[in-house]
Amino acid sequence: MKQVKRILGIVWMLIGPAAIILLLWGAANNINPAGHGDINKPLPWIIIISIFTPVAAGLTVFGWYAWKGEFDDVEHIADEL
Amino acid sequence: MAAPKGIWKVITASSVGTLIEWYDFYIFGSLSTIIAAKFFPAENPTAALLSTLATFAAGFIVRPFGALVFGRLGDLIGRKYTFLLTLVIMGLSTFLIGCIPAYETIGAWAPSLVLLLRLLQGLALGGEYGGAATYVAEHTTAHRRGFYTSWIQTTATLGLFLSLGVILSIRRLVGVDEFTNGQGWRYPFLLSIVLVLVSIFIRLRMNESPLFEKLKTEGKTSVNPLKESFGHKANFKMVLLALFGVTMGQGVIWYTGQFYAQTFLLSKCNLDYEQANTIILIALVIATPFFVLFGSLSDKWGRKNIMMAGILLGVLLYRPIFNEIYLTADVTHKDITETTSSQVTNAVKMQTITTVFKTFADDSRLKTTATKHVGEPVIKNEVTLSSRDKWKVVGLVALMVLFVTMVYGPVAAFLVELFPTKIRYTSMSLPYHIGNGVFGGLVPFLATLITTIKGTDHLSGLWYPIGVGALSFIIGSLYLSNKIHEDVTE
Repeated sequence: MKQVKRILGIVWMLIGPAAIILLLWGAANNINPAGHGDINKPLPWIIIISIFTPVAAGLTVFGWYAWKGEFDDVEHIADEL
Repeated sequence: MAAPKGIWKVITASSVGTLIEWYDFYIFGSLSTIIAAKFFPAENPTAALLSTLATFAAGFIVRPFGALVFGRLGDLIGRKYTFLLTLVIMGLSTFLIGCIPAYETIGAWAPSLVLLLRLLQGLALGGEYGGAATYVAEHTTAHRRGFYTSWIQTTATLGLFLSLGVILSIRRLVGVDEFTNGQGWRYPFLLSIVLVLVSIFIRLRMNESPLFEKLKTEGKTSVNPLKESFGHKANFKMVLLALFGVTMGQGVIWYTGQFYAQTFLLSKCNLDYEQANTIILIALVIATPFFVLFGSLSDKWGRKNIMMAGILLGVLLYRPIFNEIYLTADVTHKDITETTSSQVTNAVKMQTITTVFKTFADDSRLKTTATKHVGEPVIKNEVTLSSRDKWKVVGLVALMVLFVTMVYGPVAAFLVELFPTKIRYTSMSLPYHIGNGVFGGLVPFLATLITTIKGTDHLSGLWYPIGVGALSFIIGSLYLSNKIHEDVTE
């Protein structure tokens, strides 16, 4: 199980940047001055990408910790607090 | 085991205030169409920009920011005065929204003031929940912590129930026209001040949390809660685990089961406004006791197992459930038994309104209104379900709210047990509000985004909550422990 937790850490590390790329792609394809929906306006995209970037970075950090085995035993972390 | 002395007073004081904060936050969302018409006219670009900011900034930026600001304050000066402050800010902001003159009276001041007050609402909401959950948890015994904190967990759903109930009641009392085009929409906002004053009165009579009081007496409170929460590696790892293993999934399950379901009934199924909201109201009433049931069960079975089961059920069953709702409301395959129509011409507005009523064999009805002004007519369909179908949809929505109760019922106890007393308010508030505000709040936007992709259908928007829920389920199941941390005194 520890090996699975560690290997999946790589997946979590990759999902963070992938989510940001997807959002940038979504913004590039949908921002359109002629459109009327929220997804056609630049402001929601700026807000969402700005707030989502540190969250995605957090997922990458989580993946890094998992890969390094720091989440192998969560009870041990709780004891450190 | 006997209940701790005064626990029900503590629960009442915390829950009533939190419920009112949710009520205040929801009425703005539920009345957003009317508010947009009064304060944010689409033809004015500045007002339209402010409207977008009010929609997106309040949930995504200000709520997590409020979690940090008030979380820090709560760990520095105490729980009681901090969540009293959030209540005052929320109540005053809501009341004042109901007092602002419309755009046509004071111009750009109107949308600017509404935006400011909406941001204050988001800030207050960000600070409220962590305080209330922490305050209750720090008064309870370990063996019943899930049960006692689950009462706080009912407030988000009851706040939605109260807001819908008040809106529907006032709409009926003053009439749809006065409510929409007159001053009727203001009453739910103005009512808030009465609710908040009652809640402040109750909360002022409460004492500080005994665990925080003890830390304060011993001089062990945190000097810099933000640094200790996010700069201390072990604690930061727990914040990440709470966010990605639980609150992220909880946010999308919570939002999809209640709000996306409401939007789906109105916009995809074209249900009549009153019937759609009545269905949601009944479903909320049916499912709400399960918050307490699952909170209580989590004291015996562990928090993780129940929360993960709720997320998994949502991930697996959302598409079949929403599809069944869609098919139930689809009248295209039903036999018509009666058709009537009427036409009204308004010479002043130069428009003709044609209304066609169709009754179907199962007693469901379809009202189609075609408004012709210039160019192509604007068509609006409103379906009223038969009694049998209505109850079927109530059951399906209640089932989704049941998933919400499984994830949301035990989550306060889970978060409280994860972090030490001196930085608990800060540490639990941020992942909670990123999970709910950001991941949950993104459901309508990203669902719309997905439906712009070629080849998608009316259910495709669900891939966002399903995907996020699945990710959270895998992370939570793998990395979290089901063990209950009984000692939260440190």
